[in-house]
This record gives sequence, structure tokens and C-alpha cells, in this order.
Amino acid sequence: MADRIPAPDLLPRHATRERLLHWLVAVAFVFAAASGLALFHPALFFLTNLLGGGPWSALLHPFVGLAMALAFGLFALPLWELNRLTAGDRIWLDRLRDVVDNRDERLPEAGKYNAGQKVLYIATVACVALLLLSGLLLWRRYFSGFFAVGVVRFAAVVHALAAFVLVFATIVHVAAAVWVKGSIRAMTLGTVTLGWAYKHHRAWFREMTRPSSGR
Amino acid sequence: MALQSLDIKQRSATTTSPPGVRAEATVELAKLIDTTKCIGCKACQTACMEWNDLRDEVGDCNGTYDNPRDLTAESWTVMRFAEYENPKGDLEWLIRKDGCMHCADPGCLKACPSPGAIVQYANGIVDFHEEHCIGCGYCIAGCPFDVPRISKKDNKAYKCTLCSDRVAVGLEPACVKTCPTGAITFGTKQQMQHDAAERVVDLKSRGFENAGLYDPAGVGGTHVMYVLHHADQPGLYNGLPERPHVSAMVRLWKGAAKPLALGGLLVAALAGWLNYVRVGPKEADADDERAAERAKERTDG
Amino acid sequence: MTNHWVDIKNADVVLIMGGNAAEAHPCGFKWVVEAKAHNKARLIVVDPRFTRSASVADLYVPIRPGTDIVFLGGVINYLLSNDAIQHEYVNNYTDLSFIVREDYAFADGLYSGYDADKHKYDRSTWDYERGPDGFVKSDPTLQHPRTVFNLMKQHYARYTPDMVASACGSPQDKFLEVCKLLASTSTPTRAATIMYALGWTQHSVGSQMIRTGAMVQLLLGNIGVAGGGMNALRGHSNIQGLTDLGLLSNLLPGYMTLPSQAEQDYAAYIAARALKPLRPNQMSYWQNYNRFFVSLMKSWWGAAATADNHWGYDYLPKLDKSYDMLQTFEMMTEGKVNGYLCQGFNPLAAAPNKAQMTAALSKLKFLVIMDPLATETSEFWRNFGEHNDVDAALIETEVFRLPTTCFAEEDGAMVSSARWLQWHWKGVEPPGESKSDISIMAGLYTRIRRLYETDGGAVPEPVVKLSWPYARPAEPTPEELAREYNGKALADVFDPKDPTKVLRKAGEQLAGFGELREDGSTSSGCWIYCGAWTEAGNLMARRDNSDPTGIGQSRNWAWSWPANRRVMYNRASCDPAGKPFNPARSLVSWNGKAWGGVDVPDFKADEDPAGGMGPFIMNPEGVARFFARGGMAEGPFPEHYEPFESPLGYNPLHPKEPRSTQNPAARIFKRDREALGKVDAFPHVATTYRLTEHFHYWTKHVRLNAVMQPEQFVEIGEVLAKDLGVKAGDRVRVSSNRGFIKAVAVVTKRIKPMTIEGKTVHTVGIPIHWGFKGVAKPGFLANTLTPVVGDANSQTPEFKAFLVKVERI
Repeated sequence: MADRIPAPDLLPRHATRERLLHWLVAVAFVFAAASGLALFHPALFFLTNLLGGGPWSALLHPFVGLAMALAFGLFALPLWELNRLTAGDRIWLDRLRDVVDNRDERLPEAGKYNAGQKVLYIATVACVALLLLSGLLLWRRYFSGFFAVGVVRFAAVVHALAAFVLVFATIVHVAAAVWVKGSIRAMTLGTVTLGWAYKHHRAWFREMTRPSSGR
Repeated sequence: MALQSLDIKQRSATTTSPPGVRAEATVELAKLIDTTKCIGCKACQTACMEWNDLRDEVGDCNGTYDNPRDLTAESWTVMRFAEYENPKGDLEWLIRKDGCMHCADPGCLKACPSPGAIVQYANGIVDFHEEHCIGCGYCIAGCPFDVPRISKKDNKAYKCTLCSDRVAVGLEPACVKTCPTGAITFGTKQQMQHDAAERVVDLKSRGFENAGLYDPAGVGGTHVMYVLHHADQPGLYNGLPERPHVSAMVRLWKGAAKPLALGGLLVAALAGWLNYVRVGPKEADADDERAAERAKERTDG
Repeated sequence: MTNHWVDIKNADVVLIMGGNAAEAHPCGFKWVVEAKAHNKARLIVVDPRFTRSASVADLYVPIRPGTDIVFLGGVINYLLSNDAIQHEYVNNYTDLSFIVREDYAFADGLYSGYDADKHKYDRSTWDYERGPDGFVKSDPTLQHPRTVFNLMKQHYARYTPDMVASACGSPQDKFLEVCKLLASTSTPTRAATIMYALGWTQHSVGSQMIRTGAMVQLLLGNIGVAGGGMNALRGHSNIQGLTDLGLLSNLLPGYMTLPSQAEQDYAAYIAARALKPLRPNQMSYWQNYNRFFVSLMKSWWGAAATADNHWGYDYLPKLDKSYDMLQTFEMMTEGKVNGYLCQGFNPLAAAPNKAQMTAALSKLKFLVIMDPLATETSEFWRNFGEHNDVDAALIETEVFRLPTTCFAEEDGAMVSSARWLQWHWKGVEPPGESKSDISIMAGLYTRIRRLYETDGGAVPEPVVKLSWPYARPAEPTPEELAREYNGKALADVFDPKDPTKVLRKAGEQLAGFGELREDGSTSSGCWIYCGAWTEAGNLMARRDNSDPTGIGQSRNWAWSWPANRRVMYNRASCDPAGKPFNPARSLVSWNGKAWGGVDVPDFKADEDPAGGMGPFIMNPEGVARFFARGGMAEGPFPEHYEPFESPLGYNPLHPKEPRSTQNPAARIFKRDREALGKVDAFPHVATTYRLTEHFHYWTKHVRLNAVMQPEQFVEIGEVLAKDLGVKAGDRVRVSSNRGFIKAVAVVTKRIKPMTIEGKTVHTVGIPIHWGFKGVAKPGFLANTLTPVVGDANSQTPEFKAFLVKVERI
């Protein structure tokens, strides 16, 4: 699909394909997480209502999870190279306190993704992979019967742990999106302002504004 | 609470206490299966199917006497036959009626995510309430005895109820009622332990030095117990677990992990929000936009 | 059963042999479990297979099918050699001291009087020597060489532990353990019971196997005592009732016998059966035969049975030969039978050699099936692939199927193995168009009678004069029939001691067979059932299980024939002075004036023991017989003969005498002899049996049972399986000289190869329950394989030992 040419005071951040996949993942995540959390802790069992009650939640959760994993795979794999940690990222991570306290000027320049985003990316990829594998083992209807009960129990723990990490990461992700103003439009409209790029991802900003950047 | 004997002691996926005022009113009951009296006639299987209106498939013979071959959603109890040659060279045909053990510490109930789908009554019966079952199969992962089965028809989990419906009105379970040799008996757990002790004395007089009662402590004891000729080797009886217990994985998964994880997520969300309130947004202001413009013009130069 | 199910709990030793009580009689087996749990009883199982009974036994001993007489003969030898016998019992209550005729002989497995051409004995030499007083001579010192004791000792001296090991394949140490355990019950205070079933009866020497067991029990003093006895476990729920009511071709109700062709004279018929005592002061209860007989005839023909027609004796058919099942089907095969009424019987499945059965049924013009189920027999003409590979176009038999009710859909009494007549009430209304057997038979009878009345016919009297006193002639009720077989007074019945005293007024129900008369003033349809429905009402419907002394004697539960007696020969539980041998388990005793106790004494109620009357009152000797006299077809002492299909081909006891390889007195038709197989072509020994999960060929029609045991299988040992390259679950083909079946192989440690006379013999187990009708997986009728030869006395087919070949498919 053709991406719109952004206005001159804007930079393209996320292509349409990326944005669509992201939101597919997001929607799937909400349902998977809600139904998963509902089965995880009785206090959250009410969340099964989101998918039409307990049996529907149990029935749909693995399908939703599978859809999420597929969409996420399509979304995340092309971003693999961009999310490699660099030497600068380590400094960024060392100065997490400055990140939290909004002292961004003390942080090294970030590329398209800063170190926090990269860690999030890696964690998410790992969690989704683990969730997919353990989820298949836990999928009683089709698969659990083929595995020893010990393996299934281990998978249950892995699934719960990975889900916890993923939800945790997602909370951080959402918090960051709310916190860093101008980010949400990147994933909705696909573009960011020059100032946003300049402030939060200066290295990327430079790259994008270099003549050879091919714009 | 309709029937006092069915007062609920534990309820799956429920964080509050069950009604506890009448806790002492009901005694613990147990079924005692004496494998040394059992002839493997399968009358109990038939009685179970009749009372519970279950009709499993007409299967096939796989070269053993085990039919149906395994527990299913429609076969809540099956006989398992094992041929064992003892060290003296004599053959023993060890026959065990398999089914739910009604653990005092039930792994299924612990694992079950659906409130009230699995309950434990004050009399010790662990019962599945299929109307609350969501078909996730966690009970199977939780069970140390591999007992629950999910029906292909309705996607609900089923297992022996210890005829909770009969017991509630003062009857014995259907299998007990029908057992022709008296190998299955039913009564207070205390009485059953007493009877078993008497059987053990008799068995020892017949050369079964390791005869004993199977009431494994690892699951807090069970409300279905076995008299075994070889209590030291329960595995001889088609893999009856030697030390059954609720798996550490299940304990972790459905124990400490729950509050910790939930707490962790709440803390994360709260921390994010409070920090936002504290330090305000990260925002590219007009200065940044101008600086960006300048930088861009330079490179465009 | 001489005793009853509940009484088994009193046993100290239980021997299950020739049966598999846990498998086939699980409900009754509870009393074995009870004996073990609360009487410290030891359970012995002797069987070719390690059975469900063996699974809870203290001692299991394998045995080659068909060699039980060798085993039990070995036990007799052990008991005699080790003097492990109950002396006071055998000396006083058996024929041990009686002297046998001088011309009686036994050599090379044959008794005196053998006619090799006819396969029959002249049994006249098999008898006791008589004194000048006409009574049997005896030598209480047992010194005389021809006392039963010495002859028996000599006879069984050949049955050594080595012979048992060699012929039966039973390990000698285990055999001796059995001997020791049984011998432990020769003390007066211990009892052993023997439980057997078709594992003994279905042999060509089946009756003699049972007799050998009975002899063991007599030596041990275990007959007539609580916890003892010879206990036949009957298969069908009412098969005891069938024999009691004489539904065999040569019997009348109450174990009276039909006359033979030679017995045209009524007085001679009675005299031959109303046996006079053979010893002084003996009861010889069959002396009352004419009372039972006349009462039966009055029940059948009522007013038409008069002294002039010998109370109807003249109406009775006189047999030229036995018309047992095997004979009838042989005649059918020969085309000598036009029509066959098949009531509650599935002969295509239940009779030997299915191929021949199909041929026989195909010769019929019509076949009527009365059955609740669509049996194999009712569709013998239909092709069911390889399970019933027939060409319907070639079979012209017209088949009528009359659906009947089953036991749960009707009221009535069933007689258990324990001889209890237990009344039962219908559980549900019969489905569809089904009718009770009574109603169908009544419909047939009333129509046939009308035909005789209107069209006449040869000898119409037995039919048209039959007493048919039922309120609705087409629908007699079970209650009417029950009252009828109990019997009633047709005229006032007087006390023989005081002829002025009326014991029973005309029209009243009789209280017991003591009230039966030979003058036509009483009727009773089955004298041994007299007492079941008296003026006090239906005693079979009683359900009081109180047990005053705790030994399981619940006299007010249902009603037991004879005379509500629970343990037969119970007089023998007391010493000659009338004191119980075992006071802890007393059944009856003499109190100085009369006999009494928790059981009904099997004795003359006021007979002083000092008079020396023996406890076996049905025998003219008054005592039990080790020496059967002429009572058995093949000889007075049981001798081992090989099955008709033997893996040896000779008798290990008489290797050089081919005439005594198999039962010399057995009847086998030419066609069937030719169909026998030899060991070179069929090297494996087969035995057929039943499984707990099924009942005969019925329950394969029932979903629940089909779920429990869905598919036909055969059982083979691990060694044979390995030889054949067969794994558990593989399919195998089992063939005999008469046909083949295919089934799943159950490979088991429970059947082991045996070394017989130095040769390895493999046993193959063949459960019978499958066929081509029903909801279980279709299978082959097991009797496709079995030979057509019966026991020489009962003509029960030899289903328990024959030759097959097992092959991998």
C-alpha cells in the first residue's frame, strides 16, 4: 500500500503496514491478556466477560494468542536489525534515572529506537516466542495430550512468567507512549514532527534529514 | 448450601473463605478399594456408567483386559490389569480400579481458574461442577493421578464424583453398592483406615509382608484409598504413583506467582502514572522544533 | 450345591477347580472372599489358566485341560497313603467297609463287562456282595481284600505325584501343597468346600471328575457339614430349576426318570426305582417313588389319571434311546427332524461344531425361535461375511421368531445354585409384541388341543386330557403354576399313624412331600418343590435374612428344596451319636428325643442315632458311595481318560491300551469321530470359557457389556506368542479340524507352556461370547471349533479340551 508523502515539517516514522500490524497485535494482546489474566488470577476472572464468559475465554484465548503471535512476528521481525543494542545504548541504560526524571539532555543520542525501546523489543520478542511455545503445550484441545504432564506443568509456569513479563513490558510501553508526547501519532498517523525526532531520536533525525537519506 | 453433607470446604479460583461455621458437622468419608479382594469384574465400571448415565464408545481389544482402555469423559473409572511375577517366581495378577482419589489437597482444584468449577465438600469429596467448567484443562495438569478428562462433546472436564449425589442423601457410591466381592467399601475415613488395618494383618499372615494402606500424605491423604499387597511398590499396580503430590510447578503457578505477578503489574502501572504526574510529559517544545528546523536547513543547505 | 452360597463363608479351605467362580459367579464369590477375610480360609485354584479366581487365591496350580481325574486321584492317593481321612466319618457314613463282588475287575483302564463294539458296559458285576440276609456284606476291620477301601486304595495307588506332574503338568511341590491344605480339613473341626462348574462338566469324563471331587470330600468328612460340600455353580440363573423340573430328554420333574421302551409294565417301573434298603434299618427314601410319581401324574392329568391307566403312566412316552441335544442334532443332520421349537436356546452358538449345526438346521422344514433377542440361530441362514459364510439361497428352512419376555419382565421363581427358589417380581413391562414363554406355550397348547378335539389324531388322550385348570387358559399365571408344582390335597389326606386324623383337607396346599400319597389323593408337579407354596402362602417370596447363629443359615429367606433344607446330608455333620463334629458350626443335632438345629434335619426327625440309620437317606445303603456301583456309565471308580482330542494320543496311565485312551463308554457318532483332529495338524490344546463382562451370547446385545469387552480375543502364553511371532493386539487365526475363527491375541503370563510326558504343550484360551449379532464388535462363534462328543452319562459336550492350531494372520 502506498504511504502518503508527509508534509515537509514532518518525518515518516512508521509505514502503514507497520501501523496496521501494530494495532492488530495491540487488539489481540488486549483480548489475550484479558482472558489470560482472567484465568491467571481469580480477582481478574471478571475479565472473561470481555470475550463472552469463561468458556468462550478459554476457547478463544489460544486462538487470539496465536493470532497475536503471528501478527507480532510479521510486525517485529523486520525490525530485528534496528533493535540491536549498541555501545551508546549501554550508556543510555546506565542513565535510566535521568530518563525517569526527564533529564533527557543527559542521555546519549538515540537512533530510530532508543535503548529502552530496544530492551522492550527484545523482551517482547522473547516473551511472545515463549508464550507461543508454552501456549501450544497448554492447548488442551489439540496438543497437551501429546506431552508428559510434567512438561505441561512447566509450560504453564513458563506461560505465566512470560505473560507477566509481556504485560509488564506493555505497561511500560503504554506508559512511555503516553509520557512521550507526539509518540501516539507516530503509530496512528505514521509521522512525527521534526522537533519530536530531534528531541527523542536525534541520531535518527540526522539520518532522516541527510540528503542521501533518499527522501 | 442445600445439603449439610455437601458443605463446601474449598472452591476453585476463590479467594474468600467458604462457609465455616458448621465445619465440624460433617465427618470425612472415604472409599476403600481393597485390591486384594478385587477380581476385576468391572461391575463397578458398569454401575458407574448406569448411575451417571454414561455410555462410552464400544472400543476394541488391544490385547489386554483393559476396556475401556483409559479413563475418558464417559468412563470415570476403569480397571487396570497388571501381570507381575514376584521374586518367588509366582504370578500375581494385580488389578486396580483407577479413578479420582479425592485428595485432601486436590491439585485439580488448585489449578482450576474458574470460580466454583471444582469444589471440595466438607466430607472430602472433590467434585466438578461442569456448569462452571470453562474447558481449559488446567485440572489435568494439576492432578497428580492423571484423572480428569475433557469431553470432546461439550469441552467440559469430567471425573468420578464419588457419587456426591448419592452420598448427599446417605447412600454409598454406585460402585460400592454393586461390588460383588465387597472389595469396595465406603464409610468414615477413620472406619476405612481401621478396616484396612485389619486387612493388612490378614494379608501379612498370607505372606504379603509389605501389605499396607495407600493414603498418600503428599496430597494430604485421599478419600479413595487402596489396600495393596505391595504397599512398598505402588508402581506395580499400573503405575500408581509412589509419592504423589501437587507438583511444585503447579504450586508456583497457582500459588506465589499469582499475588506477586498481579502486584508487580499494579506497581508498574501505578509507578508509570505517578512518575508522569511527578515529572510531566516528555515533550518536544517550540525550541526543539526550531532547532530541528535549523538543523534540517543546514543539511539541506 | 449340596450346601449353599452363604455357607461358603464357613469354609477353612476352598478349592476352586473345574470352574472360575470369580469370573463366572462373582456375586456368589463374595462368600469365598468372606471366608478368607473372616474365617482365615485358604483359597486354592487349580485351572489351566491363571484366572480371576486365581488372582485372589493363596495357591494357584496350573493343570492341563482334561486331566482333573489324575490330579484328584493323586489327592485321594495322598489322603489314603498319609491316613489323612476323617475316620469316624468314613467308617460310619460311607461304603468303605463294604465288600465288592468277586467278579468285579479292572485292568488296563477297562472294567469288567466291557463291550468294545457298542462302547458300553454290562454293569452287573459292579456291585456289592450280598449276605444270606440279602443285605450288603461288610468288613468293618477293612481287612478283606475286596472292601471298597482296599479296592480304592489299589485303584489310586497308580495316581502318584509323579504321574500328576507328568500327565497334568502341575508342579509337584504345588500339587503336594494342595494335598496338605486339603488334608488339614480331615480333622472334624475343619471343612473344605469344592466349587466347580462347566470346567468339569464339559468333558467326556465330566461326571467322573465331579465324582472324584466328591470322593475327596467324603474322605475328608466334608459332605453334609457347614463350610463343606460339593458345590456346583450353575451357569444360567435358572438352570438349577431346569434340571429340577426335569427339562432333559430322559427326566421327569424331581429327578424321576422317564421309562425306557423295555419298561412297559408300571409295577416293574416303580419297583426298579423304589429301592429297598441294602443295609438294616436304612431309610432308602426313594422307596416313596410311587408317591412322587402318582402325585405328578395327578398334577398333569388330574381326574383322567386313574388306577386303570396307571395314573397316566400309559400316556408317557417310553424311550428307545436318549434324545439329548447331541442326539437330536445328529438326527436333524440326517434329515429325520422336520420342525424344531427352540425356546430360550441359541444352539448355533451353544452347540458344538457350528458348521454341522448349520447343516442340521438347514435340513429343517421349520424352526421356531422363542427368545427375547435376535439370536444367531434365528439368522443362521443369513450371510454375515466370514462370520457366518452361508448361502441363503440354498437354505429352505422357514424361521418363525416369537419374541419373549426376559426374566426382568415377568414374575416367578428362579432356583439358584443353592437350590433356593427365590420369587421375583417384574421390573418393567415387556416391550413391543413380546409375550411370556408361558403365554406362548399356552397358546400353542390350546390350539393343538382344539385340533386334536376337532380333527382327532393318534393317541389324543395325553393332549386332550391334560389338566389345564388355569383361570385364563391362554394365560396361566406364574402364581397358578407355582401353586401347582407345590401340589395340593385332592381328597382329605389322613395321618398314616392315626387314620382318623385329617392332615390336610381336600383342596388345601400341601405342606411338604411327606404328605404325598400314592392313592391319587394328592397332586404335585415337582415333589422336591412341595413346600414352596403352602397354606402359609408363597414361601419363595420370603425375605427375612436373620441368621440366628451367625453361620449363614437364614431359613426364612426364600425357600430351599428339599423341605427348606439348606445343607444336604446335614445328619453327617454329627458323629454317630448325634453330636456335632464341630459345635462351633452346628447345623443339626440329636437332643435325645428329636433332631433339630438351625437347619432342617436331612434325616428322620425322631430317629434315635443308636439305631444306626445312615445319613445318606436317598441311597439304599444309607451311606455315601466311593464305589458307584452301576451308577456311572464308565465305571464304579473314576479313571482318567484323555480328551477325545488329546495332545498325547494315548492315556499316560495305559499307554499300551488304545481302547482306554478315551472314555470307553462315551457315545460318539461316526461323522463326529471323523471330524476329530490329530495333534500333528492341531498341536495346541484349546479350552473355551466365559468372561465376567459377558453372559453367554446374550450381553453382546447390551451396550454396557459391549463397552466392557468389545471384541473377540483368544489368550495365548508369551512363549507360544514368541514362537508364532505374535504380539498382544495382533490378530490370529485359530483352527480346528472343524473350522476356524479369527480374533485378537491377548498375550499373557497367565498361560504357561506345560511339560506333559516330556513334551511341551501350549494351551490356548478361547472366550465364547462373540457372534454375528449384537452391538459388540462382530466375531466368530467359538463353537465353530469344538468337537461333538459328550460326557458318557450326561452327554454334555467336551468344550473344555480339544485341539487347535494357532497361526499369525
